[in-house]
Order: sequence, then C-alpha cells, then structure tokens
Amino acid sequence: MISPRNSERIATVIFYLIALLVSALLVALIGYILYHGLRVINWHFLTGAPKPFQAGGGIGPEIFNSLMLLILTLLLTVPLGLGVGIYLSEFARESRATRMIRICIETLASMPSIVIGIFGLMLFVTIFKWGFSVLSGVMALTVLNLPVMTRVAEVAIKNVSKDLREASLALGATQWQTITNVVLVAAIPGLVTGIILSSGRVFGEAAALLYTAGITTPALHFNDVNPFSNNSPFYLFRPAETLAVHIWKVNSEGLNPDASQIADGASAILIIMVLLFNLVSRWTGSWLFSKKTGQ
Amino acid sequence: MISVNLSNKIGKYTTFVCAILIITITMSIILLIAYKGLAIFTRDGVSLHSFFLTSKWNPEATPSEGGPFVGAAPFIAGSVAVALLALLFSAPFGIGIAIFMAEISTGWGRKIMQPVIELFVGIPSVVYGWIGLSVLVPLIRNHIGGMGFSLLAGAIVLAVMIFPTIASVSTDSLSANPADIREGSLALGVTHWQTILMVMVPAAMPGILTAIILALARAFGEALAVQMVIGNAIRMPTSLLGPMHTMTSIITMEMSNTVMGTVSNDVLWTIAFILLIISFMFIMLIRTINGGRAVMR
Repeated sequence: MISPRNSERIATVIFYLIALLVSALLVALIGYILYHGLRVINWHFLTGAPKPFQAGGGIGPEIFNSLMLLILTLLLTVPLGLGVGIYLSEFARESRATRMIRICIETLASMPSIVIGIFGLMLFVTIFKWGFSVLSGVMALTVLNLPVMTRVAEVAIKNVSKDLREASLALGATQWQTITNVVLVAAIPGLVTGIILSSGRVFGEAAALLYTAGITTPALHFNDVNPFSNNSPFYLFRPAETLAVHIWKVNSEGLNPDASQIADGASAILIIMVLLFNLVSRWTGSWLFSKKTGQ
Repeated sequence: MISVNLSNKIGKYTTFVCAILIITITMSIILLIAYKGLAIFTRDGVSLHSFFLTSKWNPEATPSEGGPFVGAAPFIAGSVAVALLALLFSAPFGIGIAIFMAEISTGWGRKIMQPVIELFVGIPSVVYGWIGLSVLVPLIRNHIGGMGFSLLAGAIVLAVMIFPTIASVSTDSLSANPADIREGSLALGVTHWQTILMVMVPAAMPGILTAIILALARAFGEALAVQMVIGNAIRMPTSLLGPMHTMTSIITMEMSNTVMGTVSNDVLWTIAFILLIISFMFIMLIRTINGGRAVMR
C-alpha cells in the first residue's frame, strides 16, 4: 500500500511529466516544420507561381490569396461580430429570442468546416453563380469566423467595468453614446487580441475553402490593379487557392514531383504566420492596455 | 444632424439586425443541408435501413443491377471509431494538463502551458495532416505494421488536435471551483492529491464533461487532417492498422467527382446533414449538462 504522502509525490511527478511531454511535443512539431521548411524557402519560392507537373514552383499567389481572403473576411466579420456582441452584452434581455440567438451562434460555431464549405458550394458557387471565387471563399470564411468574432466582441465588452458605463450614463450620455465613446474604447485591447488570434485560424483554414475559393489560381498580373479586370489579383470572381488549400492539393493530387518540398515550405510559412499572429496579439494587447491605463 | 435619441435608436436596431443576420445564416445552412440531405430518402427512394445499417457502397449502380447501394455504415462507424479513439488518447493528457495548470503549478507552470496550448490550437489542420502523412504514417508502416494509412494514424493526429480543447475548458472549470472547498478539504488533513482527486475534479465535472463533448464535436467535424492519413478505403473500421473512411473524408473526396442531383451526390449531402445533427446534439447535451447555459469556445 502506498502511503498518502508517497502517492502525493508520485502524482505530482506524473503531472510534471505530462506537462513536459506536451511541451516537448510542441517544440518537436514546430522545430520539425521549421527545420524542413526553411531549407526550401527562398525568394523564388515565396514569390514564384506554382508549376504543376514539374519541380521548382513557388507559392507566391497562394500567399497573396490567403492574405486577401483574410483581410476581406475581417472587413465583414469584425463589424458584424461587433454588432452581435454589442447587442448581446448591452441590449439583449433574457428572452426566448436571445436564447435563440445564442443557440444559433453555438450551432454555427460547432458546425464542421467542410459542411460550411459545401453550403458555400451550393449557395454562393451554384445558386448565386459566383463560381469558385474569392467572393465565395470570403463568404464561407465569414460564416466560419462570425461566431468566433461575436464571442470575442461579447467577452471584450463584458469585461469593461460597470463603473465606466455608469459614470458615462450619469453624465447624461445616451446608451449608444456610452457604448461607442466609452465601452468600445475601453474594450479595444480585448478586441484587438481576439481579432488577431482568430485571424490565425482563418489564415490556416482549408476545408471550408476547397469548394468555395477553389483549388486553382489563374495567372495573376500584379501590375493590373483594376478590380474589374479578369487577370487582376483583386478581381473578386476568380478562383483563389490559399496556402493551406495548396498543402492539401499538392499531397492529394500528386502532380508535382517536389510535392513534399512544397508542403514543407508552405507549412513552415503557415506556422510562422500563426506564431506571428500569436506574438503580435500578445504584444498589442498588453501595449494597448498599458497605453490606456498608463501603467 | 441626427438627434442624440435617434442615433441611440438607430444604433440599437443596427446591432439587432446583426443578431437577426446570424439567425438567418444558421437557419439557411440547416434548411439547405436538410433539404439536400433528405432527397436521398424522398426522391431517390433509399430506405433509412439501407442507408444507416448496410455497408455496400456503389451509388452509381443502376436499379437493374439492384442499386444504388448507399450503405453509409462504414463512414459513420469510421467517424465514431476515430473520434472515440482520439478521445481515449487525448483525454488523460488534456485533463492532466488541466489539473497541472489549475492545481499543481498555478504560477509559472500555467504561464508556460497557456501559450503552449494556444499554439497547439493555432497550428492549422492541414499542417497536422501533413506531419501525419510525412512522419506518422511512415513510422507506423515501418515499426508497427500495415500500410501506415490507418485508423491509428487518424486517431493520433486527431488526439493532438483535440487535446487543447479538453485542457483549456477543463482548466477554466477547475479554476472556477471556489477556494473554500479546497481549503476545507486540506483543513481536514487530506493531502493535496487526494483533495484534487476527491474534491476538485468531481466539483468541476460538468466543465470537464463539456470539454470532452466539445473535443468530440471537433473530432467528428475535422476533415482534411484525418482524410490525409486514414487511407480512404470504404470498409468497416475493424482493425487499428487498416485503412478506413469517415463522414467528413468521403464528402471531401467525392463532392467534386459527382454531379449535383445524382444519387452519388445526394448521399454526400445526407452524410453532411447527419454531421450537422450530431454537432447539434452535442450542443444540446452541453446545454443540458450546464443547466441550460452553454460554455462556448
């Protein structure tokens, strides 16, 4: 029989071991990806276009597409998410309608991304006749990101202290003035942190994009900035394969002799972006907080 | 110049419209998928029994050949098998990390593990799939047996992907325990470990169950990482080392190979509809566990 004191010691050691193991796994994963990826990455790889059937292609258009889809998605989800977040935290009373809104947000949040992808295929690509396009992809990502953004906004707004609200209302400001001039301003650090963190997830999403933004990219003429011209990178109705989708495609189609190098390089870029999103969200969060509180 | 009161009203209604929009989006997804998903039973005349309980798959077989055969049992069983096995692998680690962060090393340990977990969440699923494909699959092939593309590979990849969910939700739940119950237990002369095991973990049980269900929901819904390593063979998942298929992987693979309106295409929507029903059931289960309120991640 192990004495209580010894079982205490054994348990503690086991939990430290689990923590160590998990941390080591993360270091190994990231180290492996960076080690293999950085050997592939050079200027040509980062800016060149992919070449099917032959080695030596780059991932330039894919990086551009990922960034473009991310920015367009945020342009939609940040205001919409803020709207729902403000409604839920400031206006909504406990009622059947509010319960309904919450259940919808949870359902949306737990929806498999491939299901959102084929919903996009049906509605945006087929019924709206947008085809495999930037716009269809952005819409699918918006559906995917909206519940996350709503949550971010609601939490950031709820964390603003009640005193600030009451002080503003006591000065005679209306509820809306209080929200826009006091509450939202105070919520900025939380909002920015949440937005950047969820950006990382949008950037790495692939399943929702296979059947909406598509798995190809036409030749892009980067000197053509007219968004209505077919070869412009800013044309919304062209297919736009993203970086994450590209990793999946080179592996499942097997048309590139150097598929594994491409996947290594592209994975490393994705991981670097995710690390960057994490670090930046931490820094800006604490920087904004210290700037506003003067601490 | 808009009056102050008017802008107050406009603001309130604008946010309300945003909230209505979210209901509209959710409803249109559910209705559209349900409409497409039920076609196999209403229009193509497939029976519920043959869809759920048979495993013969040949949706293109003509009626003269006795078809179409749309037994989805292998996909449903595959998803269940890979998700449960992933849960089995990840739950001990997830809950272990949660106990570590909330009870054992609440200072520097938590400060280190918090970003570690966030980074695990941040790694995109295709990257997990790619590492699974390039490291795990050859490892299994060379050292354990089989082709490498297997239930085991899928479950390990999924386990790494869902353990952060278990860890972070359980940690929140353990940390939310009132300090009184810990102090009460310690004051009775119970050791810290016994306190964790007999008092803190049972008190946090609803949260830990929520964590496990959220992780299961994620496991059921994950598509690409699993699809890349399980081998995509249409058969019942009878062996750990054999290739298999899941509900998400068949949708991923076949959606572009089939024509809308055909049986082969309709059946994919049915599978998507079942995925939707499963994720909705998980949400309702979480609400029941937490007394009508939900913990969302």
